Amino acid sequence: MILQKGTAAPDFELNSTPDQKLKLSDLKGKRVVIAFYPADWSPVCTDQMGLYNETLKIFHKYNAEVLGISVDSKWCHLAFAKHRKIRFPLLADFEPKGKVSKEYGAYNDEEGNSKRALFVLDENGIIQWSYLSPEGINPGADCILDALDEMNKEK
Amino acid sequence: MAKLRTPVGPHDHIIGKTSAEITLVEYGDYECSHCGHAYPLIKKLTRDFSNDLLFVFRNFPLQQSHPYAMIAAQAAEAAGVQNKFWEMHDLIYEHQDELDESNLSYFAETLNLDMDKFENDLQSQNVISKIESDFESGIRSGVNGTPTFFINDKRLDSYDGTYESLADAVRNE
Repeated sequence: MILQKGTAAPDFELNSTPDQKLKLSDLKGKRVVIAFYPADWSPVCTDQMGLYNETLKIFHKYNAEVLGISVDSKWCHLAFAKHRKIRFPLLADFEPKGKVSKEYGAYNDEEGNSKRALFVLDENGIIQWSYLSPEGINPGADCILDALDEMNKEK
Repeated sequence: MAKLRTPVGPHDHIIGKTSAEITLVEYGDYECSHCGHAYPLIKKLTRDFSNDLLFVFRNFPLQQSHPYAMIAAQAAEAAGVQNKFWEMHDLIYEHQDELDESNLSYFAETLNLDMDKFENDLQSQNVISKIESDFESGIRSGVNGTPTFFINDKRLDSYDGTYESLADAVRNE
């Protein structure tokens, strides 16, 4: 099962580019949308990451940053991000393979890749919403915005 | 089941009668080839079901994938200010491979638009806000890619690129 609402999101430090790492706890004070996805280049993921890319402006209105995570290597992410003009970090859960995905309960052991799972963290790094999507289906951005709206209401 | 969150209203571009029983909303991108493919299907659909169908087009430009999607949407909206939205919409889809600023101006000239007004409206905050609010209403309604259709407010997942899949959806309403 993926981590649920109310859980403190496990911290991690992963490569966001070949020579830069990103630490989740450095984003404290911001909301964070974490999108685990199976693979760069696969058609559904491309649609999903492309969609979040186009939705960034709306996410930013909620003080939310987006992170994509898959087991692809930093060089693969670099090529994919360049090709699709992705403007948010794609993190490489590459070595040890899938370690972070496993900590979030979002690893597919059979296929050896991350599941398609979404987490929305509040400003203190607490998971406020999580969702496991069927692997072949793009979950879209509407559910994330609903979760962010809900967090605004609870404030 | 994803639902249309922003009801059809006076801000929308429509074809057909507002009294029609069936409303079909498209979220489209002017540079998207799948939307270009759907364009003649929709034309035929609005003719074949002219008594029962209200068609609405909303902007969903995927700007990072399609460099001319946004400016094309602005051109259609700017033409709309001079009551030529659909004429521009059609010209753009009929010349999808030739989208750039100079051709969009050329389309505006062929529609006999007031060119000073067109160039002004093209970059106006009203036009840009209209497109952004269309986009946001799409995102919130569960639009994941283009084209996405909603029939009587329900997302139409059965469209498979064929005319029949659209006609069946209309008939089944």
